[in-house]
Amino acid sequence: MRVRIREKPFGNQKPKTTRGEIIIIDDRCKGCGFCVEYCPNDVLELAERFNAKGYHPPYVKNPEKCVDCGFCRMICPEFAIYSVEVKEENKEVVF
Amino acid sequence: MKSDPKGVLTGSHYMDGDYACCEGALAAGCRFISGYPITPSTEVVERFSQRIPLVGGIFIQMEDELAASIALQGAVWAGKKAMTVTSGPGFSLMMEHIGLAAMTECPCIFVNVQRGGPSTGLPTLPGQADMMQARWGSHGDYEIIALSPDSPQECFDFMIDAFNLSEQYRVPVMFMMDECVGHMTERVVIPKAEEIDIVPRKYTKKKPEDYLPFEPGPDMIPEMVKAGDGYRIHVTGLTHDYKGYPVMQADCQEELVHRLINKIRLNADKIVRYEEKDVEKADVVVISYGITSRVVVEAVALAKEKGIKVGTLRLIVVWPFAENKIRELANQGKALIMAEMNYGQIYYEVERCAAGKVPVLLAGHGGGMVHQPEDIAEKIMEAAKCLSQKN
Amino acid sequence: MSVAEELEQAVQKTNKISTTGEHPMEDFLRMDRIPHIWCPTCGIGVSVNCFAQALERCEIPLDNVVVVSGIGCTGRVAGYVKIDSYHTTHGRAIPFATGMKLANPKLKVVVFSGDGDLVAIGGNHLIHAARRNIDMTVICVNNFNYAMTGGQIAPTTPQGALLTTSPYGNYEAPFNLPFLVESVGAVYVARWTALHIHRQTDAMVDALRKPGFAFIEILAPCPTIYERRNKFGDGLDRLRWYYENSEIQHGADTKNVNIELRNKIIVGKFVDKERPTFLQSMNAHFKERLGDRYQHYEG
Repeated sequence: MRVRIREKPFGNQKPKTTRGEIIIIDDRCKGCGFCVEYCPNDVLELAERFNAKGYHPPYVKNPEKCVDCGFCRMICPEFAIYSVEVKEENKEVVF
Repeated sequence: MKSDPKGVLTGSHYMDGDYACCEGALAAGCRFISGYPITPSTEVVERFSQRIPLVGGIFIQMEDELAASIALQGAVWAGKKAMTVTSGPGFSLMMEHIGLAAMTECPCIFVNVQRGGPSTGLPTLPGQADMMQARWGSHGDYEIIALSPDSPQECFDFMIDAFNLSEQYRVPVMFMMDECVGHMTERVVIPKAEEIDIVPRKYTKKKPEDYLPFEPGPDMIPEMVKAGDGYRIHVTGLTHDYKGYPVMQADCQEELVHRLINKIRLNADKIVRYEEKDVEKADVVVISYGITSRVVVEAVALAKEKGIKVGTLRLIVVWPFAENKIRELANQGKALIMAEMNYGQIYYEVERCAAGKVPVLLAGHGGGMVHQPEDIAEKIMEAAKCLSQKN
Repeated sequence: MSVAEELEQAVQKTNKISTTGEHPMEDFLRMDRIPHIWCPTCGIGVSVNCFAQALERCEIPLDNVVVVSGIGCTGRVAGYVKIDSYHTTHGRAIPFATGMKLANPKLKVVVFSGDGDLVAIGGNHLIHAARRNIDMTVICVNNFNYAMTGGQIAPTTPQGALLTTSPYGNYEAPFNLPFLVESVGAVYVARWTALHIHRQTDAMVDALRKPGFAFIEILAPCPTIYERRNKFGDGLDRLRWYYENSEIQHGADTKNVNIELRNKIIVGKFVDKERPTFLQSMNAHFKERLGDRYQHYEG
């Protein structure tokens, strides 16, 4: 007979939101601002500096807020930005 | 490679030129026609639509000639041998896509069953006034091959030659029939499939990493691929480099266009075909093509009765033009007569090649019916007189 | 903060600022032709992203996909995607695609072209391919003008728009594309804007999977011409405008989805029905009439 493991009501692992890391291909960017405007977590901001083409590329304002949703990659018309998933070590919640 | 027996209606038939043209296409391996009805070419596609479900292929009647002339190119790039048929007004509409076929080196056939023109003209009566248009109709510099049959039997035989030339040189071929040949019913003997030689499409054996779509081979002609084979090519009507990518520069234009022209011009002696009779001892040579050459036979007989030494030169491949032959005849001092059903089209080519060395006369008229042999015979006499006056 | 300091901060925060990168789209694009010719804030690149995503989701082997396009800004898409692509003449992408599909029905044929190319000069071919229900997906990126040639009016230009050939405003009534295409028999009709990237991708997935003539209209900003001349700002402003002014009405009656210059636009999946395709009809019909003499046509 299988021993039923009693579930600890508040001991389940918290659902983990994914974490993402943004990579910007600087010289492809034409400073359109789509990614900045439509990032759901306000991760990006247009930089003050210029890239080689003379546009303001984005920079990562709040890297810890990126959840690798992929919206910036999809909405960028220049194929100049994407995110990769950051795998963190699993932290067990122990009671 | 031999023809696929499924498409070959072996035997001796009594059929008209349009039907023979369709049979020739089927025997050559054509399995896709996108057509649009226009008198006098409609019978070709009517026959094809009847035959093709049993042979295995597709016929689609498109919404206009513009669509017909490009749908067949889509079929070619997907791997089939394809053609379309039309007459004068449709031919004018197809011109942009003939240019596209020449630029993208797409092997396909455009059959033009010529009728009286210009514009709507004489739908049910013959003409031969699209010959210059076959060569120069589309914009830009390019070269095509044009054949002209003079009987239903030749409609069958030359269709196979047309497909073969088109595959060999990766060029659109214009098959210039006329209403008379198209609607004339005669005996057509179709041989067995194993007696018909067809040239298969030159597909590359290279791997996708090594293959460049428009890299010419030693014969100036690139190898072809078809969509879906994993080569991932890009084909464009813009001036392009070997990879097929558009390049907006003069040197790329020079290289590409020069090659498109040279692949026909420098191989012209292999492509040009004509039939000559009694030319060696002749003083006057009558040049003709298509149905007019059959009238010329009678005209020559009439002239010979009057004692004139006359020979005939029948052009089978009209473009590229048989320049060397004409120059040879002109050097030999033979007067030349161009008999064609128009007011002078190939006549100017003859005149150009003769270079003023000999009198060149035109026996032409506006179309609507074939020449009267007497009119041509009269021209022969005039030419003979010109020649004797000169001498 | 000086430029150097800002760059330093940016590098620290981002970890990577690469000049080439390995963007996930790089497998799909002809990287030797990137950067592309489209203007900053143009909406066409977004559709290419969605298209790539849609193909991946459908798990269609890329060797079997063919993109045919015409002439124009959107027509250049064929040149940037690393699949068999054909950049044909103006307006004739659809008959070329028809010939290709019929000659080899195993190919997945996608026509990616602009509004002027598909609906003006190519209008006749659009309605006939829809009528015949040729199995193809047509993605029409609508920027309301002929952008490549400098911004002339198109059959989709809303009334009142200022363009180079309508310097006093466009007085011609435009097409209502979903209505047009539905009425001629398309089996899938949807309209989305460049902003609706996930919905656009879903629409493309649906369209690619659907047997028959599927038509997706994507409203994209044309910042250099249409948006600038009509005081819509640039592409980003236009996307914000789409956010405020687009209303999703799935299954709406296509009669009512006209686009006016500054009014609300209706987007959504309008038509999703079933109808036998050209080849299905042809095969069934010949089988019935010719019996055993007919061999089922598969290419």
